[in-house]
Amino acid sequence: MGQPTITRHSSDILIIGAGGAGLRAAIAAREAGKTVTIVCKSLFGKAHTVMAEGGMAAAMGNVNPHDNWQVHFRDTMRGGKFMSHPRMAELHAKESPMRVWELETYGALFDRTPEGKISQRNFGGHEYPRLAHVGDRTGLELIRTLQQKVTSLQQDDKKATGDAESGIKVFAETTIIRLLMRDGRIGGAFGYQRATGDFFSFTAAAVIIATGGLGKTFKVTSNSWESTGDGLAIALRAGATAINMEFVQFHPTGMMWPPSVRGVLVTESVRGDGGVLRNSEGKRFMFNYVPEVFRNQYATTEEEGDRWYTDPDHNKRPPELLPRDEVARAINAEVKAGRGSPHGGVFLDIGSRRSEEFIRRRLPSMYHQFKQLADVDITKEPMEVGPTGHYAMGGLEVDPDTQATNIPGMFCAGEASGGLHGSNRLGGNSLSDLAVFGKRAGDAAVAFVDEHGHQTPRFSDDELQAYAQEALEPFRHAGDPGYENAYDIHRALQEMMFSLVGIIRTEDEMRQALAELDKLDERAKKLKAEGPIAFNPGWHLCFDVQNMLLLGRCIANAALLRQESRGGHTRNDFPTMDPEWRRTLLECSLDGDTVKVVRIPGPKVAPELMALFDRHELEKYFTEEEIDEAEAANRAGGAAVAMGEGE
Amino acid sequence: MGYTAHFRVWRGDANGGGLVDYDVEVNPGEVVLDVIHRIQAEQAGDLAVRWNCKAGKCGSCSMEINGYPRLACMTRMSIYRQDEIINVTPMRTFPVIKDLVTDVSFNFEKLLSIPAFAPPPGLQPGEYRMQQEDVERSQEFRKCIECFLCQDVCHVIRDHEENKKQFAGPRMFIRLAELDMHPLDVADREIAAQEDFGLGFCNITKCCTEVCPAGIKITDNAIIPMKERVVDRKYDPLPFWRRRRRVEERASAQ
Repeated sequence: MGQPTITRHSSDILIIGAGGAGLRAAIAAREAGKTVTIVCKSLFGKAHTVMAEGGMAAAMGNVNPHDNWQVHFRDTMRGGKFMSHPRMAELHAKESPMRVWELETYGALFDRTPEGKISQRNFGGHEYPRLAHVGDRTGLELIRTLQQKVTSLQQDDKKATGDAESGIKVFAETTIIRLLMRDGRIGGAFGYQRATGDFFSFTAAAVIIATGGLGKTFKVTSNSWESTGDGLAIALRAGATAINMEFVQFHPTGMMWPPSVRGVLVTESVRGDGGVLRNSEGKRFMFNYVPEVFRNQYATTEEEGDRWYTDPDHNKRPPELLPRDEVARAINAEVKAGRGSPHGGVFLDIGSRRSEEFIRRRLPSMYHQFKQLADVDITKEPMEVGPTGHYAMGGLEVDPDTQATNIPGMFCAGEASGGLHGSNRLGGNSLSDLAVFGKRAGDAAVAFVDEHGHQTPRFSDDELQAYAQEALEPFRHAGDPGYENAYDIHRALQEMMFSLVGIIRTEDEMRQALAELDKLDERAKKLKAEGPIAFNPGWHLCFDVQNMLLLGRCIANAALLRQESRGGHTRNDFPTMDPEWRRTLLECSLDGDTVKVVRIPGPKVAPELMALFDRHELEKYFTEEEIDEAEAANRAGGAAVAMGEGE
Repeated sequence: MGYTAHFRVWRGDANGGGLVDYDVEVNPGEVVLDVIHRIQAEQAGDLAVRWNCKAGKCGSCSMEINGYPRLACMTRMSIYRQDEIINVTPMRTFPVIKDLVTDVSFNFEKLLSIPAFAPPPGLQPGEYRMQQEDVERSQEFRKCIECFLCQDVCHVIRDHEENKKQFAGPRMFIRLAELDMHPLDVADREIAAQEDFGLGFCNITKCCTEVCPAGIKITDNAIIPMKERVVDRKYDPLPFWRRRRRVEERASAQ
């Protein structure tokens, strides 16, 4: 293979990923006058955000006027088992209403209340109806709206300069394979365009990683093709740090049958709108799985749970609406106890509880999904559902206000970043996360460029050529029987991760997983790609697999270290929560080729935020010492609310 | 039970290509995309296919299966006989990049040319009030997943490259209709729909509606109402006469 051509492109800010976070960052950066490059792995508008169904959480109080940011903050902290970064949870709760309203000014059309405001729906873990939604296709509305806003900014640029791409240029179907670094600071990224196989360098003073999650590391997942954790992996290789990697959310309701769609998401809205979970005996088993920490907030009888849908002020919510980690574990336990459905899940029933007209209006995508893929009419028959790999709570460690990583010039937002969701994300908090922190990352990148933009590093032709040659390595072994194709390794990795590092974990299994990863790493040193370079999926998977192997190792290592069960991390050998572990974060980084995991102290919850909970609840999560300290600080500061009065 | 299906997949690039035969295992409940992935993993690692969500939500895996424009992820194998030869070809309306992947940039260029949502001046975020029944018409069109199957099947451009310049296609017509029917949008795109985007080329054969995986009634709910609005504006005698008088006045003034 000769010298490949390398095209250079530069702009003020490079955004990797065109999902909700990347696009919201791009809008912020362009509105501040910066030139922006967006690089995305798929076509523009196809990112995984499109698959979000239920809605976007924001305490607008349109449906229940008691809602406000404090209630949303509390729900987020409880959902994350108090591991959420408190400052991020605070900013998120305060700013998400404005981020939703802003979308309307871009042309979004949410479902409405009778007064003509944005309608809000119930969801697991949210005290009040809080999710702005469009039927069950809210993610599509979010991504399309942001895409159309980007397009309209390009139209403005065209009017001003004659060139629609002068302010924002999108490189679709372009894959980034490494970040460009100089003296510990970022200066851009290097990748290739899939249609041609041509290499590109994208230099920029600031880079925003908005590459989403890593669901494709697991065999059963609701995630799309793109979710291979690329941004996380390349950032780790560049020296960034990641936290909370052990926390992986398994959404309780993925499709179980047919096998080819196993894992495809069944939205939580089914339960929010009245659907219930039953085992093979027809029993609503969730009543048996309300954990102590949530005992006061959930109904104890079916009658009370059912009354809640129409009279939420005087009844408690049904336990089907517990946070996702609780529901996923309960389903897992029912199946293990032999009370599962024929294909190894449980039954989700809305057909016997709501009218056909209601179901088809509120859940149109679910109706079609089951009709088309499983021959099931959900208005008449129950669905078979079971846990599916859904969301990585972990991600790059960032500053809560600016989303800055430890590397100067590198920012990160969305699922690729860690912190907001703690050990477990509440449904609906993801879309609002994208908008709130996408904008914050964009704003902070703009400020960084203003201050440091003149020092953008340069990269020589020789350096870029070396990267290109390294990337082409798998083609040099085409046809060599001593080398493997990446598909086989990917399949082996997915099966191993789902069975050993899945919903329930033990020390033995983690050690076994790490040993398996050693073997897979050895095999992945000998990868080959066949055929031409243009649009070659076998070659592309070589990069993806390397990234997923690295992240699989971070997850397994962190899961081995954390000797407790919390949110999206359940250890059979350490089945309870430990307040000491609440204060501890596990931070992953790379030392050469070796994954290093160290314990670091987690962020403190500010006393005034502690005061939003009553002492009785805090005692379930915090050490005595922490609570006393916060109480003393509040007394000294003359805080208006004393602990225990925080409603 | 599983069986072996006979697939013929178009392999090639902009310089040409042809159908290549694959015998491949099919399991119960599978869709065409599963089978293509199996060919990829086991027989042809470089077989190019575009896909993302595999749940009918992103609109990436558009192709023609036995000549019919479809999403491969939503096409159950059970709709075909087990002994049927299954031909899989790229969308014909767009230039081929490689194998089943086509260059759909035509659509993104057209999207860029449609004037964006224009809210009423002065209305602040949070102040928008709209009734559900008023947003529903536009919401139907916002279900579009941009798979571009409607563009692929549309005979105005399917075998007529020369029409692409003045014809935007069904996807763009529902975008225009969506904005035109948006309760708060203040811009006017009705005349442009005909003059700039070629609405008049459509002779409502409804092929686009038939292939739409999102079930949008493209012809009945978007194209025909837009045509009616254009007709009202351009050919209703009263406004027609007023417009003509304005033109004449301007001419005489010069």
